[in-house]
Amino acid sequence: MKSSLWRDAIARLRGDHLAMTSVWLLAALVIAALAGPLFIGYREDEIDWSHMAAPPFEAAGHWLGTDRLGRDLLLRTLLGLRVSLAIAIAATLVSLVIGVGWGALAGYLRGRTDALMMRFVDVLYALPQVFFVIILTVVFGRGPLVLLVAIGAFGWLTMARIVRGQALALREREFVEAAVVGGAGTLRIVGRHIVPNLLGPVIVYATLTVPQVILVESFLSFLGIGIQEPLASLGNLIADGAAELETAPWMLAVPAGCLVLLVFSFNFFGDGLRDALDPRDR
Amino acid sequence: MRYKCRGMSTVAFIMRRLLGAIPTLALIVALSFLLTHLAPGGPFDEEQSLPPEIRANLEAAYGLDQPVYVQFGRYVRGLLHGDFGPSYKFRDFTVSELIADGLPVSLTIGFTALLLALAVGIPAGILAALGRGKLPDRLVMTLAVAGISVPVFVIAPLLMLVFGIWLHWLPVAGWMPGRPMDLILPVVTLALPVIAYLARLTRGSLLETLRATWIRAARARGLPERTVILRHALPAALLPVVSYFGPAAAAVLAGSLVVETLFGLPGMGRHLVQGALNRDYTLVMGMVIVYAALMILLNLLADLVYAWLDPRIRPERQS
Repeated sequence: MKSSLWRDAIARLRGDHLAMTSVWLLAALVIAALAGPLFIGYREDEIDWSHMAAPPFEAAGHWLGTDRLGRDLLLRTLLGLRVSLAIAIAATLVSLVIGVGWGALAGYLRGRTDALMMRFVDVLYALPQVFFVIILTVVFGRGPLVLLVAIGAFGWLTMARIVRGQALALREREFVEAAVVGGAGTLRIVGRHIVPNLLGPVIVYATLTVPQVILVESFLSFLGIGIQEPLASLGNLIADGAAELETAPWMLAVPAGCLVLLVFSFNFFGDGLRDALDPRDR
Repeated sequence: MRYKCRGMSTVAFIMRRLLGAIPTLALIVALSFLLTHLAPGGPFDEEQSLPPEIRANLEAAYGLDQPVYVQFGRYVRGLLHGDFGPSYKFRDFTVSELIADGLPVSLTIGFTALLLALAVGIPAGILAALGRGKLPDRLVMTLAVAGISVPVFVIAPLLMLVFGIWLHWLPVAGWMPGRPMDLILPVVTLALPVIAYLARLTRGSLLETLRATWIRAARARGLPERTVILRHALPAALLPVVSYFGPAAAAVLAGSLVVETLFGLPGMGRHLVQGALNRDYTLVMGMVIVYAALMILLNLLADLVYAWLDPRIRPERQS
């Protein structure tokens, strides 16, 4: 029965042109980020002294031009894409684990525990996530690892709310009652019976979390609080480009275009997935 | 207010919500304090090899040699008197001075941006809904999708490039009190994503409301279309828009970090970014607390507007 739910969903997704275009675009971006750098004849820190800040298609071998230090822009953008994607996926996984655990436990336990746990979520909701992440980077320093943990640690709030709502409904079902009668403990019921049954919404929301994380990471890297040179990320490449706006606008256009495409396609893919898994909402 | 008080007055409603905000704010204060003080390392770690005596003196001067709970007590007592402590890096300023310095700038930009977003976003959404499927609708919706997926830190340099560098219409950066030209680009940058979201939200909500049976009833009574839309449909259609106030304010707050840094405006956002770059613990903490207080106030405002628009949840309702 489960397999047919997924088969139906995939069939519906296939019919959604926007979502399918996004899937192919995403696949292309991921492959380019992983394999692309291998096909570029430059090293990431290699400086081309004869072509500094060269516009696209002008200098041989630098298809999208170079930055002000003469580094290949396409290569740096692809490496930045790789870093941004890696952080986004890792941070989404961190927030997934916390959010699902927190929400499922709160929804299953109900009562005062639930109220207390969700009150905590409400409090954290009072501020945009970036501010907490900024506090953490101030305390623990700046770097990819701190960044992904910090983003994950404050990105789970909405996930927890969604999961809690589902868990509240699931806990009334017969199979949970059966598990209780069978003598299963709280953690076992939540882990083995509640969580597997709410994977649908969790997957959808995780897909929609990835672009949000990408935006938070680029936002911080843009401000100089996130990923630091010489490591490239889409955010600090855009900051470099914004600084050279007058003289080298392609330095902004290339990474910014890449970021917008990435966020676009993740959002449309997530929306398509939601419609495919839950056709009632349409 | 246009309604009579039976149960709870509006003032009581506001008072109750303000009291309810105190634990939230207290928790945020405690959380940011704990995060900064329980972590290994301190604010003077980065200065290369301070002699131990000097380091001890510095820590004693800032009270960092005391146990954490004493420091917390002192910090909270300071907060209650409006004292956010000294800045570790801007040695001549207290955090309160930096806040007093930046807050008016940030509030000016932020509120202007929010008002602009409301003034443009809602009418654009109404226009799109009324001309559904026609050119204005397509135009508004395309712009809305673009406005939502292009982040502020890409919009800002683009606007600078077009209006500042290519067209020379507006100054690219700088701030002089009483020169409104400086504010146009920052405010528009902040407002654009909110305009996009508001337009989409208003359009969807109005289209849905216009399908309701009581709208058909109003039309059947022979009311002019203008009255039906403005007096009957719009207040109901605006409810989801009002719920978006909170997230909109959050977007403007976060965006102000980018906008103030990029356009060189001396607001709180730029101080916060500077504080984060310098690892200035007290400065970052103070700014975050002020931002949290602002967010809580804005959410309260949104709740009041919501209650005013929707008779079902007016605070004095008793049944």
